[in-house]
Amino acid sequence: MNANQAAESNLLASNQQKELEDLPKDYPLSTSEDEGDNDGERKHQKLLESISSLNGKDRQKLADRSEASLKVSEFSVSSEGSGEKLVLSDLLEPVKTSSSLAAVKKQLNRVKSKKTVELPLHREEIERIHREVAFNKSSQILSKWDPVVLKNRQAEQLVFPLSKPQSAFAPIEHVVNGWKARTPLEQEIFNLLHKNKQPVTDPLLTPMEKASLKAMSLEEVKMRRAELQRARALQSYYEARARREKRIKSKKYHRILKKGKAKQALKDFEKLQKVNPAAALEELEKLDKARMMERMSLKHQNSGKWAKSKAIMAKYDMEARQAMQEQLARNKELTQKVRAASESEEEEEGQEEEEEPLVPDMVNGVQIKANGLNPWMVQNHFTDAKEAEIQKDLEDPAEPEAQETSESEEERAVVEEETLLKEFEERRSLRQKSELNHMAEPVHSRVTKDPSSQEVLSELRALCQKLITENHQSGKQELSSARTAQREEPAREEEEPMLLQRPKRARTLDELEELGREECVENKELPRTAVEGLQLEKNRSNHIGAPKEKKRKEQMIDLQNLLTTKSPSVKSLAVPTTVQELEDEEERDQRQIIKEAFAGDDVIRDFLKEKREAMEASKPKDLDLTLPGWGEWGGMGLKPSAKKRRRFLIKAPEGPPRKDKNLPNVIINEKRNPHAAAHQVQVLPHPFTHHRQFERTIQTPVGSTWNTQRAFQKLTMPKVVTKPGHIIKPIKAEDVGYRSSSRSDLSVVQRNPKRLSIRHKKHLENNCVD
Amino acid sequence: MKVKMLSRNPDHYVRETKLDLHRVPRNYDPTLHPFEVPREYIRALNATKLERVFAKPFLASLDGHRDGVNCLAKNPKSLATVLSGACDGEVKIWNLTKRKCIRTIQAHEGFVRGICTRFCGTSFFTVGDDKTVKQWKMDGPGCGEEEEPLHTILGKTVYTGIDHHWREAVFATCGQQVDIWDEQRTNPICSMTWGFDSISSVKFNPIETFLLGSCASDRNIVLYDMRQATPLKKVILDMRTNTICWNPMEAFIFTAANEDYNLYTFDMRALDTPVMVHMDHVSAVLDVDYSPTGREFVSASFDKSIRIFPVDKSRSREVYHTKRMQHVICVKWTADSKYIMSGSDEMNIRLWKANASEKLGVLTSREKAATDYNQKLKEKFQHHPHIKRISRHRHLPKSIYSQIQEQRIMKEARRRKELNRIKHSKPGSVQMVSEKKKHIVAVVK
Repeated sequence: MNANQAAESNLLASNQQKELEDLPKDYPLSTSEDEGDNDGERKHQKLLESISSLNGKDRQKLADRSEASLKVSEFSVSSEGSGEKLVLSDLLEPVKTSSSLAAVKKQLNRVKSKKTVELPLHREEIERIHREVAFNKSSQILSKWDPVVLKNRQAEQLVFPLSKPQSAFAPIEHVVNGWKARTPLEQEIFNLLHKNKQPVTDPLLTPMEKASLKAMSLEEVKMRRAELQRARALQSYYEARARREKRIKSKKYHRILKKGKAKQALKDFEKLQKVNPAAALEELEKLDKARMMERMSLKHQNSGKWAKSKAIMAKYDMEARQAMQEQLARNKELTQKVRAASESEEEEEGQEEEEEPLVPDMVNGVQIKANGLNPWMVQNHFTDAKEAEIQKDLEDPAEPEAQETSESEEERAVVEEETLLKEFEERRSLRQKSELNHMAEPVHSRVTKDPSSQEVLSELRALCQKLITENHQSGKQELSSARTAQREEPAREEEEPMLLQRPKRARTLDELEELGREECVENKELPRTAVEGLQLEKNRSNHIGAPKEKKRKEQMIDLQNLLTTKSPSVKSLAVPTTVQELEDEEERDQRQIIKEAFAGDDVIRDFLKEKREAMEASKPKDLDLTLPGWGEWGGMGLKPSAKKRRRFLIKAPEGPPRKDKNLPNVIINEKRNPHAAAHQVQVLPHPFTHHRQFERTIQTPVGSTWNTQRAFQKLTMPKVVTKPGHIIKPIKAEDVGYRSSSRSDLSVVQRNPKRLSIRHKKHLENNCVD
Repeated sequence: MKVKMLSRNPDHYVRETKLDLHRVPRNYDPTLHPFEVPREYIRALNATKLERVFAKPFLASLDGHRDGVNCLAKNPKSLATVLSGACDGEVKIWNLTKRKCIRTIQAHEGFVRGICTRFCGTSFFTVGDDKTVKQWKMDGPGCGEEEEPLHTILGKTVYTGIDHHWREAVFATCGQQVDIWDEQRTNPICSMTWGFDSISSVKFNPIETFLLGSCASDRNIVLYDMRQATPLKKVILDMRTNTICWNPMEAFIFTAANEDYNLYTFDMRALDTPVMVHMDHVSAVLDVDYSPTGREFVSASFDKSIRIFPVDKSRSREVYHTKRMQHVICVKWTADSKYIMSGSDEMNIRLWKANASEKLGVLTSREKAATDYNQKLKEKFQHHPHIKRISRHRHLPKSIYSQIQEQRIMKEARRRKELNRIKHSKPGSVQMVSEKKKHIVAVVK
């Protein structure tokens, strides 16, 4: 026991010492605490201080508390300020072993184990939390109105008041009970009813009906119902599927579908053939008939809208051309007699494909030449066309009218244009001459065949220039000789392609004649190149009204002309001939580059054409009032006489001169009418996304003049209808099918305080957890 | 030989009575009726012009008050009855069909600050400057009886507004706080407060009836939940809101009439951006009321005019004014959505048509069809410049007109300044603030 105590006291002492060491130096010490100290100097100092503090002033000062502290010791010495708290364990340690204090210790331990209660939140904070929770709750309640509001906003028509007064239907029993038969007739009827045990009141079923109802057992009914249900479900499923499939727009899908169907049909047919040959035969006949019908129809001729549009597009678009070809092939296939369909058809098709790649460019022509059908023939042809042009150029001053007609009939009028065009012509002629020279050199012509390799071109440029200068003379000579040789040719040549193309389509007498003529040539000539293919297409269209061969020839040349201007590779080589000598190398290069870059598009010409068209369009049109068959014979193919036409033609007065009349490189659009513009909408109004949409709404008439009565009423339906004299109440939950809350607001409010407190607690707890 | 005769059934062409209409067979072939667009355009133009010709919205002026009309209330059960409270404490009940005052009560000393009717239409409540809430019977006193309120509640502070619950015997007053009262008690069942400023008006939500909205003079709008006895949210605007009105068809939409000449339509679930800012007034907006259809609302302004706004448009569709009408303090849209009443400073209550050119009375079916057609045509061609110009043209008093011009210049200047500021500062540092966001100072949770 003693030893124990001694140890404890020791411990305490050391503890105290620790504390003392931490104390600030000027801290007043009590004597009792001094005992364990062995630091003499410090003790002495303290002693001195305490003695000095015994003086009057200082004593009072000692009693004062200068620092804020929670505890005030009764000895005017506070334990505070050390920064160290008295911890429970410190107190417990000395009593560890004593058993008598176990209970106290336990209690103290329990106290220690309990956590401290946190400070309650600030009132403002609590209120804020409440508000937030309440807001979330009420906005949740409100969001149930979203669909209703949306529906009402988008509704075509809203009729107010929304809640209709419910027409009360009294149940039939009530009516019957309250009603008595008075007249003899009624009594008689009632008698009859009673005789048949017709129930007047509740079940409303006669015993017979009841029996019939009972006749079918429950299970049977159930089964039947299930069956019906299944059938209905299946039906709706198939319907939905069919609808879905019908709506698919993918071409690929349909193609695959079609192919699959065809395959299936073939398979079926084969199977049928094995099983039942007679039926198969019948089927075959049917198929044949279908084919014939198809053949008879105009569907596969090239007269359809699509085919026409493609024919126009074919010039510029590879795909369109291909599509057209395909279509032609199909047509041919269908119009073929069936028995010939075995080998020759395929051959022909192959031939056709070779025959009409329909590429207008020289480039391709050259390529084909490289393919090696008959290079000489092709070259011949090219030179041919060009020569004809050159010849024309030479003749130009002599016969300008011919040239003009060849260019196109529209060009006649404008003088400025002519000068411009002349310039063009000159250049072109130069170009072609050089080209000709080129042709004379087989090596170089080979090289030019590759249109894409521009580098090679530029390399060759210098070389070819030299050659050109060298061969200038000789080329001219050749040219003249060639001209003499081939003078007779062109007329024949143009007709040849036609002959190849349309042996079966000769219908008019004219064409028949041509056919006869061509046949002799056909033997000589081989299939043509691409250029010719196109020419022939164009030519055919040009031909129909024009019997004169000369004119045709000119047109031919013109086409050729167009083609040459469009071929970039040839041009790039051919451009510099005469001017080059005068210019520097750099300048020339620059020009060349520009020209190469814009080789394909003839901007000035396009512009002139556009302007001409604009002028044509703006010109007031003459009014022809001639009535065919009035005062003379009429009928198919008869036209009113020229005299008559002249008489009834009302000449439109000359409009005001165009503003851009004297401005050669400007087009001023005079279409805008300021008077009409005042009535036109300038900006696309809000809900519309495209002007076409807006135009469509404007263009659909609403009036009863254009619509049936029913449609008119539907179109002019007002958006909001109110009935005069009816009070419109605010919308209610019951109006739109929602269940309104059964609790009244008042009762909730009156019950609120209790609920509030509970809720508050809960929320607080939640908050603490958070 | 058989002779074939042309025969027709007389039923097809003979009228049964002479009052029947002739059957007119029509050919709808479009080639027979060309130029449909120009024809309809002209019709639309004419319809628009006629609309302006017949636009005479002013119906009647009810005079009898001896001071400015401060508040109006309509009877929820009767279209013809209107109540009005004046600045001298007088309450008058009017019969609109006769256009006469049928009863006068000296209800309060000082202003009648607010008036509202019970949902059943049997009694009404008034609050005044004398710190009292009084309940009155709608029917006048019997012979020999004295004009007395059913109940009187003496309060501690001045009440500035009152509104009745839409279904139950509860009403709410506002002053220093929002009080919810049971009709049977003399103490409020709960009072809710948030901040210490005086609240100028309180309104019950007509659909979700436990919700209330109020606006206080410290520029805020506060929403309350009556069931949970707590405020919900507060939005602070640039300037003071004078009153709010809930949309009777859309539970979460309300419109606030603000001192800064604008009206703000809010979705109460998202208060940080108003759904629409309605601009056109040139002075403080004092009152607003929704049409019972919930498609439009009418606003009364200090600039001596009334304007009608579609809910989804920021510009007004109509402006009403007369030479004699002074600052309009209160306005109400009648329960059949055909008329508008306005009470103004110069002691008169005016009755207007909600649609200025509408023909009153019973329409024949043909008239109705014609008006529908014209309406449709106007709608169809509304974007065309001529029609737009004519249909938008209004005569305005000089004061309003010049104010509009002036404010336009000011607005333009402000805009230019903002643009300049954006242009001359570091890109991205100054942002353009949209008109909707501009006026919202803060949303307090």
